[in-house]
Amino acid sequence: MKSVITVTGKDNVGIIAKVSACCAKYGANILDISQTVLQDYFAMIMLVDVSKLSIGFSAFVDELDALGAENNLKIHTMHEDIFNSMHKI
Amino acid sequence: MLNTQDILETIEMIETDHLDIRTITMGISLLDCSSSDGNVFCKKIYDKITKKAENLVKVGEEIEKQYGIPIINKRIAVTPISIAGGSLKYDDFIKAAKTLDKAAEATGVNFIGGYSALVQKGSTPAEDSLIDSIPEAIASTKAVCSSVNVATTKAGINMDAVAKMGHVIKKTAYLTREQDSFGAAKIVVFANAPDDNPFMAGAFHGVGEGDTVINVGVSGPGVVRSALAKAKGANLAEVAEIIKRTAFKITRVGQLVAREASQRLNVPFGIVDLSLAPTPAIGDSVARILEEMGLECCGAYGTTAALALLNDAVKKGGVMASSQVGGLSGAFIPVSEDEGMIHAADCGCLTLEKLEAMTAVCSVGLDMIAIPGDTDADIISAMIADEISIGVVNFKTTAVRVIPAYGKTVGDKISFGGLWGEAPIMKINTASPSVFIKRGGRIPAPIQSLKN
Repeated sequence: MKSVITVTGKDNVGIIAKVSACCAKYGANILDISQTVLQDYFAMIMLVDVSKLSIGFSAFVDELDALGAENNLKIHTMHEDIFNSMHKI
Repeated sequence: MLNTQDILETIEMIETDHLDIRTITMGISLLDCSSSDGNVFCKKIYDKITKKAENLVKVGEEIEKQYGIPIINKRIAVTPISIAGGSLKYDDFIKAAKTLDKAAEATGVNFIGGYSALVQKGSTPAEDSLIDSIPEAIASTKAVCSSVNVATTKAGINMDAVAKMGHVIKKTAYLTREQDSFGAAKIVVFANAPDDNPFMAGAFHGVGEGDTVINVGVSGPGVVRSALAKAKGANLAEVAEIIKRTAFKITRVGQLVAREASQRLNVPFGIVDLSLAPTPAIGDSVARILEEMGLECCGAYGTTAALALLNDAVKKGGVMASSQVGGLSGAFIPVSEDEGMIHAADCGCLTLEKLEAMTAVCSVGLDMIAIPGDTDADIISAMIADEISIGVVNFKTTAVRVIPAYGKTVGDKISFGGLWGEAPIMKINTASPSVFIKRGGRIPAPIQSLKN
C-alpha cells in the first residue's frame, strides 16, 4: 500500500529531515519526494510505501499529525487511491 | 508520481472547502423479523441491527483515517417498521421506536431511519397505527427518524394521509417544544420516496432491496462554490462545465469510500447519492453557489434558473464517476442547514413561495423550514399537498420537512446546532385551505403515469 504525505506550512530548516526521520522510525519507505511553493506556502509531497510499517496505519497518521503540530506544519497522510480516484478516469 | 497540483487541490478541497462524505448508510432488511408479539419483534430487530451494523462505525472511522477524508455520519436505514411490523399495534410501535434508538446507541451510529410508512394509495391498520404513533415515538427517542410516503406518480396522492400528517407534524413539534420543536425536523413527508436514500430524515431500506446494503451520500457545495469563484466572467455553459468536473471529483471520492466500506463490511455496495448536501459552516452552502453565479442574494429572480443549471450539472458530472447512482441525487436546499439560505431567509429575499418554485428543479423539497407555531394543521397539510403535487406531476421525489416551532412566530429564530443549524421563522400565507383538505380521498395519478 502506498500513501501520500503532504506537508504544508511556513518554510523552515529541517522539515524534510524531520518527516523522513519519522518515516524511517516506523518503516515507511520513501519512494519519491517533490517540493513546491504555492500561494506563499511551502508544500512537500512524499510518496511512501507503508506496507511494512512497524505500527498500524492509523497510529502512523497520528504520529505525523503530532509531528506537524509540534512544528507548526500541516501534515496529511492519505492513501494514494483517493488522488487516483479523483484525478484519473 | 501523482501530479502535485492534483494532490494539493484535493487537500485544499478537504481543508478549506469542506469536502466530506456526509454519510455511510447501511440498509438492513427487517422483513425476517416479523412477529405478532411486540416484544419478540423488538428483540429480533435489535439483534439483527446490532449484529449487521456492529462494525459500521469502526470501519467508517478506519476509512476516514486511511484516506484522510472526513466521514461526518454513519447511519442505518431499516425496512419501514409498518411493513416489518405489519401486525403490531400502537404500543408495540412505540416499543419498536425505542428499540431502534437503543440499537443506534449500541452500534454508535448517528441516526437510524425507517420509522416509516408507505401509504401512497391506502393504508393498512398497522400503517395507521404507526403514523399515529410518530409524535410519541420521535419525542421519546434521540436517533430515530421517520418518513411517510403519501404519493407516487403511479398511485396519485393519498389526501387522507396528507391531512393526517399536518396533525402529526404539529403534535411532534408540540411534544418537543422544549428543544425548539426539534422533533419535526426528524419527520419527512414524501412523494416518490426512493428505496435507497442514504440521507436523513428520509432514509429507509426499501422492500425491493437485499438483506443489507451500503449506500453513500457525498457533500461538497463549498468545493463547487470555490471552483466557480476562480472562474469570474465565464459564461453559463462554462459554469456548467466547471460544476460537472467538480461534481465528478466529489463523486469519485464517494465511490471510493462506498467500495471500500462495502468490501470491509462484506456488504453489497448499493449506490452513491450524488447530492450536494450543505452544512451551516460558512462557505459550505448551496445558496452561496447560486450567488457565486451572479445573484445578489439567493431568492432573487434567476435563482430557479441557476439552481436548475447547478442540479443538472451535478448529476451529469457525478453519473460518470460512480458505477451505481441512486437515492435523491440532486442539490439540497434545506434552509436551516445552509448558511447562505439562512441569510437569504433572514433578510427577506428568500420566501416560501420562491423555495417551492426552486423545488421543482432540484432535490428535494420544502426542507428544514421553520414556520409559526400556531400554524393550522390544515395549512401544513396544504403545503404538503402542493409540494407533493410538484413531485407527482414531474415524476420526481419531493418532500416536506417543516417545523411549526411551538410558541414562536415570524421574527423569532430556532436553533438546533450541529448539522441541523438554525432557522428564522418564515412568513406563511394564512388563507384557509381547510375545506379542501377535509374533503379527503385520493387525487388520481396524473396522465403521464400511464406509460405502458
